[in-house]
Amino acid sequence: MTDTLNTKELKRFAAVNRSVKKVDGVALVTGQPVYTDDFDVPGALHVKLVRSPHAHAIIKEIDVSRALKIPGVVTILTYKDLPRIPFTRAGQGYPEPSPYDTFVLDRKVRYVGDPVAIVAAETEKAARLGAKAVKVEYEVLDAVLDFEQATNEDAPIIHDEPEAIGIHDASKNIAAHFEMEIGNIDEALESCDKVITRTYHTKTQLHAMMEPHASISYFDPNGRLTVITSTQVPFHARRILSRIFNIPIGDIRVIKPRIGGGFGGKQAVHLEPYVVAVTLKTKRPARLVFDRSEVSMSTNIRHEMKYTVTVGATSDGKIKVIDMKGLSNTGAYGEHALTTFMVSGSKTLPIYNKVEAVRFSGDVVYTNLPSAGAYRGYGAPQGLFALDCTIDELAHELGLDPLVVKEKNSIREGESSPIFRIMGEGREGVDQIVRSCKLQECIDKGKEAIGWSEKRGKVARRGNKVRGIGCAIAMQGSGIAKIDMGAATIKMNEDGSFNLLLGATDLGTGSDTIMAQIAAEVLEVDYDKIKVYSSDTDMTPFDTGAYASSTTYVSGNAVRKAAEMVKERILEKAAVYLEEPVENLRVKNAKVVSLNTDREVTYEELCTKLFYTFEQEQIAATASYVGEESPPPFLASFAEVEVDLETGKIELVKFVSYADCGTPLNPVQALGQLEGATVQGIGWALFEDVIYGKDGRMLTNDFFTYKIPTRMDYGKLECGFVDSYEPTGPFGAKSIAEIGIDTPIPAIANAIYDATGVRLRKAPFNSEELFFEILKKEV
Amino acid sequence: MKLELNVNGKVHSVDINPGEMLLDVLRRLGYKSVRRSCDNASCGNCTVLVDGKPILSCTTFAARAAGHKIETVESLAEEGNLHPIQESLLETGGAQCGFCIPGFTLTTKALLEENPEPTEEEIREALNGNLCRCTGYESQIRAILNLVKKRGGLSDD
Repeated sequence: MTDTLNTKELKRFAAVNRSVKKVDGVALVTGQPVYTDDFDVPGALHVKLVRSPHAHAIIKEIDVSRALKIPGVVTILTYKDLPRIPFTRAGQGYPEPSPYDTFVLDRKVRYVGDPVAIVAAETEKAARLGAKAVKVEYEVLDAVLDFEQATNEDAPIIHDEPEAIGIHDASKNIAAHFEMEIGNIDEALESCDKVITRTYHTKTQLHAMMEPHASISYFDPNGRLTVITSTQVPFHARRILSRIFNIPIGDIRVIKPRIGGGFGGKQAVHLEPYVVAVTLKTKRPARLVFDRSEVSMSTNIRHEMKYTVTVGATSDGKIKVIDMKGLSNTGAYGEHALTTFMVSGSKTLPIYNKVEAVRFSGDVVYTNLPSAGAYRGYGAPQGLFALDCTIDELAHELGLDPLVVKEKNSIREGESSPIFRIMGEGREGVDQIVRSCKLQECIDKGKEAIGWSEKRGKVARRGNKVRGIGCAIAMQGSGIAKIDMGAATIKMNEDGSFNLLLGATDLGTGSDTIMAQIAAEVLEVDYDKIKVYSSDTDMTPFDTGAYASSTTYVSGNAVRKAAEMVKERILEKAAVYLEEPVENLRVKNAKVVSLNTDREVTYEELCTKLFYTFEQEQIAATASYVGEESPPPFLASFAEVEVDLETGKIELVKFVSYADCGTPLNPVQALGQLEGATVQGIGWALFEDVIYGKDGRMLTNDFFTYKIPTRMDYGKLECGFVDSYEPTGPFGAKSIAEIGIDTPIPAIANAIYDATGVRLRKAPFNSEELFFEILKKEV
Repeated sequence: MKLELNVNGKVHSVDINPGEMLLDVLRRLGYKSVRRSCDNASCGNCTVLVDGKPILSCTTFAARAAGHKIETVESLAEEGNLHPIQESLLETGGAQCGFCIPGFTLTTKALLEENPEPTEEEIREALNGNLCRCTGYESQIRAILNLVKKRGGLSDD
């Protein structure tokens, strides 16, 4: 299976590498009630949270008496009513690398929006009125609102609770710290002809998925706790709920219905504990749906990061040293603090694997701002902005084509990087060779599409408007090697269909569909004969969940293994049934056929006989898969921008991204992932700007103030794939969901420089700032 | 107050609070395809057609819709046949998470009824108010362009 296959063999695929329609597509386009909030549970209490108006405060007193008198209010819970068990909301492999620094409710609040009380009522209106009537008296504390001041001597300590576990240095507000060095930085710098040091700052971003987070909990007729929830991590949610409320894992069932987008924003337990607390207290069903401002302020946002990068090279552009020193802002709680920080190095530094010395270090700090967490790209875009643009600057200073410098120093097929071994996620990584890398093909296609050779370095000016182009190259991973595990169960039905039960979590990504395609490819049936049921902790086998670009590679390999086991069993039974040696038999078009005789049996006939009259047995198999490696997809992106020199207004004229994701198992769905991630990255680069008030309140918590791209806001978009085959992937596949968001910021920054000669080192890029920089240059 | 609402040709007699929005009443009546996302008229997810015109049900009083013809996506796929817009969306992968799709589909339906052969620019403009966070819009635009082409529309670029 590890032999390199050429792309000609792709043509032999019957079910994968085809753009079949999504298995849940009809339900989605006809508007069926498939999301959490669409489930009507009779008698459910409506839950509302009372939230802190202060960024940092201690609750002196909570008076719920007036609220309890409001007709319809059933119960109100405060920190006094809940178990004081520290946990992390982050949905990660256990034990989690994130600090246990959170309680369902605490006496201390750490950002504007931190929950203070849970109100449950017969109607939504009563719950809302009840929440308003809860009286809270606070002792307001000084707050840390600038992450660069979090470690100051006089900064207030945000996490002084003695129960917290795993905080790197709570007294200095440092949630996590990481450092590593390979080779000798100082010696290598000595031998360079050119060394530059630059600082790049990437602000936060909101997930802004269309479906607001929602959870419903109830006891089923047998007294088992059931939670229907919009989550990317049902099995982690079950484990975390079990810990918080001391309920055996087996007594909790978590169901993920269809999800209206996640992007990392649902990779944590955001509202499950609140509804469960109400159900436990009242024995009644409870439902909670966040409103848009809660989705924005009180779930997770992206980690804001600032990197100072030193790059040294020879005069002909051979990069010899990279040193990245970073600071990351995790906000009020440390979800994904260490791991997003490590990924900003581990998914960028291996691109430039020919260096003699490389160092990566820094802190992740707490602030009294909304809590950062997982978000598509998971640190890689912030790291890449700093690294790619510093290399771009270096190339310009050496008088070289930045694309040539990036190309010449980048990793190639068959090569490795020591980073793979040293930097994992929260711990050591895994040594690996890059078995598939068609980065050069991505560069060549993109270069052609943007017109790199003709346009680069030439000022195209029309009136007040100038145009410029820029490039960036990126990598990601495919799951977390030796940590992420996915499992699948396949069982055969007597009409020749199969149930595919899997833990993997389809958030709208189309993973249920490609999992069906993988099973269909192995079993030689149409993909609609594979009946997928996913993400229900009672009914499906385990899966760590949908994150880290893992599903296609990790869960996909599990499905392939399970299908192969089922196929083997079908052949064994058919051999007895047809009275032929098993080595003469093959599966073909939903039948078992003999290569030697004309004997054959359909799946339908075989399974019916197996159920009722012949060697009675249910053919089924469960397989698990843990990635031994995490094969990186690669990407080359190019931006063309137009800047109005009189106003600084930036228009994106064209954006091109070509990716190597191995075999795209469903090309239309894969393209949708790349296009979607690219436009999310373009929005972040140009106008998705989170702004806080002086009191730390997020002011941009709706779509009027936080502007995500519409159909009119980006220029021409060209996305595509190059031929590639990852030998360890299911039918040659690697990941595609995250990588597209890595490049828009650096590619656009580099294009703005090409157009104007101005380097913008803080993203998102703002026209006013560019305008003043242009003025400064002209003076 | 009591109200009669004509939804997809069916007349519902409902009790509402005078301040209630159409979105809340429709969801209460079981029309769950009408989605709440922003709740302040900035995302287009709650779009329904009133007398054939797209409106945002999150900021339209239910009482205002009385006496008018309300259409939701539930009315489109009749007897198991998908509406051509829905079919086209499935082909181009225009529905990823699917949450925005009902609003998108209804706005598209209204556009094509008014302008059966829109250019790409006109499509983008008409759908500018329907936010989607998954697709990057391109597959949805392709879905409409394909449909227009299939119907013999111009859209020659």
